[in-house]
Amino acid sequence: MNHPADNGRALEGVRVLDFTTGWSGPIGARFLADLGAEVIKIESMYGRGAREVPTPENPKHYAKVAHSVYPYNDPGDQPYNRYGIFNEYHRNKMSLTLDLSRDDCRELAKRLIPISDVIMENYSSRVMRNFGLDYPSVRVLNPAIVFISMPGYGMTGPHRNHVSYGTNIEPSAGLSNLIGYPGQKPYKSGEAYPDPNAGVNAVGAVLTALYYRRRSGKGQFIDLSQNEAAVGLIGESLLGYQLTGEHPARIGNHHAYYAPHNAYRCNGEDNWVTIAVTNDEEWKALCEVAGHPDWGSDPRFQDQLSRWQHQDDIDGHISAWTAGEDYKELMHRLQGAGVTAAAVYTNQDVVEDGHLRERGYFWETPHAVAGTMPFSGTPALLSKTPGTLMMAAPLMGEHNRYVLEELAGVESGYADKLEAEGAIGTQPPEGIPGIFA
Amino acid sequence: MDRALEGLRVLDLSEGVAGGYCTKLFGCLGAEVIKVEDPAGGDISRRMGPFLDYLPDPETSATYLYLNTNKKSITLNLGTTSGVETLKTLIPSADVVVETYTPGTMEERGMGYEVLESINPGVVLTSVTYFGETGPYRNYKGNSMVGFALTGQMHMTGEADLAPLVGAGFQPEYTAGIHAFDAAMAALYWRDSSGKGQHVDVSVIEAMAYYHEFSITTWTHLQAKNIRTGNDYPVGGHPLTMYECKDGWVSISSVMPHHSENLFLMMDRPDLIDDPRFASAELRWDHKAEYDEPLEAWLIQRTMDEVIEVGQSLRIPVTYVPTFDRLLKDTQLSARDYWVALEHPLAGRQLYAGAPFKMGVTPWNVTRAPLLGEHNEDVYCGDMGLSKEELVRLRERNII
Repeated sequence: MNHPADNGRALEGVRVLDFTTGWSGPIGARFLADLGAEVIKIESMYGRGAREVPTPENPKHYAKVAHSVYPYNDPGDQPYNRYGIFNEYHRNKMSLTLDLSRDDCRELAKRLIPISDVIMENYSSRVMRNFGLDYPSVRVLNPAIVFISMPGYGMTGPHRNHVSYGTNIEPSAGLSNLIGYPGQKPYKSGEAYPDPNAGVNAVGAVLTALYYRRRSGKGQFIDLSQNEAAVGLIGESLLGYQLTGEHPARIGNHHAYYAPHNAYRCNGEDNWVTIAVTNDEEWKALCEVAGHPDWGSDPRFQDQLSRWQHQDDIDGHISAWTAGEDYKELMHRLQGAGVTAAAVYTNQDVVEDGHLRERGYFWETPHAVAGTMPFSGTPALLSKTPGTLMMAAPLMGEHNRYVLEELAGVESGYADKLEAEGAIGTQPPEGIPGIFA
Repeated sequence: MDRALEGLRVLDLSEGVAGGYCTKLFGCLGAEVIKVEDPAGGDISRRMGPFLDYLPDPETSATYLYLNTNKKSITLNLGTTSGVETLKTLIPSADVVVETYTPGTMEERGMGYEVLESINPGVVLTSVTYFGETGPYRNYKGNSMVGFALTGQMHMTGEADLAPLVGAGFQPEYTAGIHAFDAAMAALYWRDSSGKGQHVDVSVIEAMAYYHEFSITTWTHLQAKNIRTGNDYPVGGHPLTMYECKDGWVSISSVMPHHSENLFLMMDRPDLIDDPRFASAELRWDHKAEYDEPLEAWLIQRTMDEVIEVGQSLRIPVTYVPTFDRLLKDTQLSARDYWVALEHPLAGRQLYAGAPFKMGVTPWNVTRAPLLGEHNEDVYCGDMGLSKEELVRLRERNII
């Protein structure tokens, strides 16, 4: 019997240069870091797009509700080291600050390329070329490098330079068309999920390329369009449209074949439970839990088709019943009886959920400046090489000296000079506005 | 052209979307995927539709056809001892086994990880379930709505005064499928150096919670509960939303200060650039109705294409909300040869969604989904060396 601790880490020995910003790239690079890759986050001291540095003019930035995510809403003296979103996206990574607008800093980045395995970047398609760090430049330094670019619409085609955020991709990939109340307008979902979707797809692409490299010795370039990675999530629906000739309608929470299938309001403020019934057995079980054998014997609800035809009547019955019930307790009662049901969790409920906790999903992460906070752990549970918390997110520039001197072989005097000139550093330069990008 | 995962063999015992998408990724990247289906009807996705002309047929279900490209189909009744014994003869040559049974089922049937490991120490067993192999909900039933609801996304989707909404299609299952592929690939990477396989446990709800981390962190840091805000993103300022235009909807994300300035140029209202009501994202949010009035008036007179052209020329993140007919003709997707036309003997010729990423040296490749049991002879007689008579006997006993 193997004990996980005996086995090391799945991606031990893989070195990744993470040039990404925003969400899509960082979450992908972190996935690799959690499984043991050595990831060097190359960041700007302006904290742009990553560390949410507040300014006197705009102390809360664009915050209407919660963008300035600091522990206990307290930015402290080093907000750039306390920003919760940075600390979430970059745990298990090292931080190297480089001002890539300077020739000497770009040269330093190039010294890391021969000793690295993977480069990840998600700038719009021109930026890395302007830095002299695009794939054609980099492969000269390391032909075996695996290089992934992940712009919104890809590196080729007439819209390659279109600017976008994950908030745009969900609509443009066709997903929003499927979300909405019956007969109403298209909706976004709660998250800009094409962002993390691109990151987690990038992980698959990188691991596939590394697998191939081990056998062939060859590196390669990967062009990941966030839009294309998202269209694939409705591939069956797009095919269905062609097979039937009919565009799928927005039908709220209803289902094309089954009823009941909806969210029902429960006791309390904005509490809901979802219930779905796909066969007669589940229907009987639901009627029993509800204490309504009369629904079970109602001729309108006798089989799948008749329930579907009378689903609005069923929804009315169920809503009247659930209005007095507790949403979480009801989920457990229904699931206990074999009915597919879920409480509609808030973010608080997710954090407090007993199942996720018992499976160790949340990682309590002690951080020198931000204190100890729980963060999402890894969803990839490998029995012998589980993802682990090796270190909290780095302080700004925390690994400058290690990376430059130990890995890139820079003289310490030169690093001192760079620091004195403000090319590298451990805090944002004064007077530069922080920008959320 | 080389194929990245050439030489890998994947046994796909899974049913439905999550496992199917995981093994589809393996197949399209070059692995040999053998889908093991129940002789009585096959994978559940054969019954999920939508079907050609709405006529239910296990060979023309869109869900099956899309998810099972690049796979071979064999039939095998794993509810029988003989079926499991037959499966075991395939384990020595398998690199990855993917399964989606209720936790405990593999063990009950005598094909749990320890059994597979004893036959082939390098095998990577990948279990993909709604709730995972452990934990108090492991035997609960899941569906897409559960995936949306139990991870926080649903509570944030829709209008504050209406019911929370499910997201698009099978997103939770696809998400788990991608995670399962990643995890299995990481396990294979480690196998190359250690010689050891392992058991990978991926759940729909953890995969979805991973995508929901932003909101989770908002709670842990600020104790701020998510709310439904229609198509707006209150955390990011305004406008970060969708608007109606002449022939459909467009999506606009104003995130940087220059986006906001250029939006005023786009709507021919440069006079508003210095308007104190709209000076910051937060102020625009506070004066949303006044801000939206001139923008909406400008948009409604223009088509989606016109808005994109003008907006993108001003470096504003703007895109359209295509219906499926438009999406299948999308300029950018077509220019990048995203769609793949496949001919199927019963479903005919359609366009399939293509590669989620383009690999320069080892491109993705797509071949049509198999008919139920189409590769029985190939696999049982060709690979495993059974005679035709033995195949007939297995068929008569309803093993295949």
